[in-house]
Amino acid sequence: MIEARGLSKRFGTVSALRELSFCAADSRITGLLGPNGAGKSTTLRILQTLISADAGTALIDGHSTLADPLAARSRIGVLPHSAAIYAGLTARENITYFGRLCGLSRAAAAARATTLIDQLDIGDIADRRAKGFSQGQRLKTALARAMVHEPRNLMLDEPTNGLDVPSVRMLRTLLGQLRDAGHCILFSSHVMHEVASLCDDIVVIASGRVVATGTPEALLTQTGAADLEDAFVQLTSDSRSAA
Amino acid sequence: MNTLLIVFAKEMLESLRDRRTLLTTLLLGPVFMPVMFSFMTHTIIKQVMDGADEKVTIAAINADVAPNLRDHLATHGVTLRAFAGDEAAARAAVATGTEKLVLEIPQEHAQRIAAGEAAPLRLYYDSSNRDKRGQVDRVESLLREWNQRIAVQRLVLRGVDPRVLSPIPLQQIDVSTPAGRSVVLLGMLSFFLVISMFASGISVAIDGTAGERERGSLEALLTLPVRREVLLGGKLMATAAMMTIALLLTTTGLTVALSRIGLEQLGMSANLGPATAFLMAAILLPLVPVGAGLLTLVASFARSIREAQAWVGIAQLLPTMPLAFVSMLNPTASPLLMCVPSLSQHLLIMKLLRAEALAPLDVALSVGSSLLMAALLISVAMRLYRRESLLG
Repeated sequence: MIEARGLSKRFGTVSALRELSFCAADSRITGLLGPNGAGKSTTLRILQTLISADAGTALIDGHSTLADPLAARSRIGVLPHSAAIYAGLTARENITYFGRLCGLSRAAAAARATTLIDQLDIGDIADRRAKGFSQGQRLKTALARAMVHEPRNLMLDEPTNGLDVPSVRMLRTLLGQLRDAGHCILFSSHVMHEVASLCDDIVVIASGRVVATGTPEALLTQTGAADLEDAFVQLTSDSRSAA
Repeated sequence: MNTLLIVFAKEMLESLRDRRTLLTTLLLGPVFMPVMFSFMTHTIIKQVMDGADEKVTIAAINADVAPNLRDHLATHGVTLRAFAGDEAAARAAVATGTEKLVLEIPQEHAQRIAAGEAAPLRLYYDSSNRDKRGQVDRVESLLREWNQRIAVQRLVLRGVDPRVLSPIPLQQIDVSTPAGRSVVLLGMLSFFLVISMFASGISVAIDGTAGERERGSLEALLTLPVRREVLLGGKLMATAAMMTIALLLTTTGLTVALSRIGLEQLGMSANLGPATAFLMAAILLPLVPVGAGLLTLVASFARSIREAQAWVGIAQLLPTMPLAFVSMLNPTASPLLMCVPSLSQHLLIMKLLRAEALAPLDVALSVGSSLLMAALLISVAMRLYRRESLLG
């Protein structure tokens, strides 16, 4: 479970987050939705212990990212926006390197890498150096890397960027399986139909605040909009005029 | 500890697969540096030998009017050859470089000598042409010697003791040992070693910090349950390892090169057997963590690979600065100087090459000050690595 409680963060004079709170539950796929500059990346970075909030707390399965960052980190798998992997290493080496850093033994990391390579269907590139991988191949490798230590919580920053249709479908199936296995999945996006087809819960943020939370249906009811896109525009523009 | 080694192993694997890194470590240090050093040494030897006893022929206007002078020069290996042309032609020939130097003997030279008058000679040369300098000096001193001999003859003819000409004779006694003489040349040795060592650390240091940030892989790495100090520690170890490999290879390369140059020609004997080479590398070893710390610190400070390269280029000059200081001031080893990393190593190596005993205090100060400096640089780098703005 991932919880943000009253997170605030300033960069110089700019307020990136203003008392932002939400909760991403286990066995749910939660979408963090917002226009560019709304604070999605800052929120994720705080939850990933990369930066600290000026106020508020972020909890991963109850472990504070500030008080006990190592415990928090061992419970998250992260797919960053760039999905950058080491070009000099093969896909398999990239995955096992992270496994080893997460404390897996050599044998355990190797076994886990093989499982993930099968699961993500990247056997053909597994032992090739990552230099020259396509965006999709890199993303799948980075995803396998994020899951190598079987974290309960998974955070993905715009995971479908640059993926072709079969890969998106594969990702969707995979995330569904992980959810059914009890994982908590949080991902950010600004692509509406993706969120609609993937998410159980949606957290809409704008100008550093949560402007709405709920299931896709609840959001439609709340705004009275015909589809999610209209609902999104309505919610985020409201907050903008309010701010 | 285990995690540190995992990071180290991965950084090494990636570096060793990178052709650019391998080139600087395996080629620049052990091959290019010794070749350059041999070439420089060879050039210097050649220049010095030029002045000594090589046979040369120089052009002279009216070469045959002064047979005694010609014989005098010839016995010292300088042959005169007729130059067709006048004073202006001689100037032009030297200026354009077709002649290295031209001696002008006036037509009436013989008569003036016979009459006991002053018989001036003219020597045309180009002082801006440095590599002819040896020859000019040689001819000049031969002519001065000739002048002296004629003067002595004339004094004897007049019944005067020629010793009145040199009331204060000066005898120069060079007490430098062959090993001592070669030190001047070998002073460059530590310079080459330090340069090669630092050059090899650069790409690993940059790839691990600024490079990883710019390529975006740092973000995922920092979300792992590993402390940032451990990550940086592994990267530092990889940089240090590359520098150590380069140090050992370059020392070997230079030792092999020096054994082939033939310093004996200069009356020098390099005190540089395998044992000395090993000690030299050992003296420089404490400089490895200083270099790794410095390079990593500078590279973590930079925002991009390009910026890191620029800064590292400047940082690389730091350890060579004390060496420039030495070449200008030629200081003797003192406890204070032994506390300056890079300088202390240089001074110790010089002592080693001069076959002098190393004082334990000097060695302790050199090692201690270097390790202290390394600890300082590394702790600052660690602090930088903990900053939030590390991700940019």
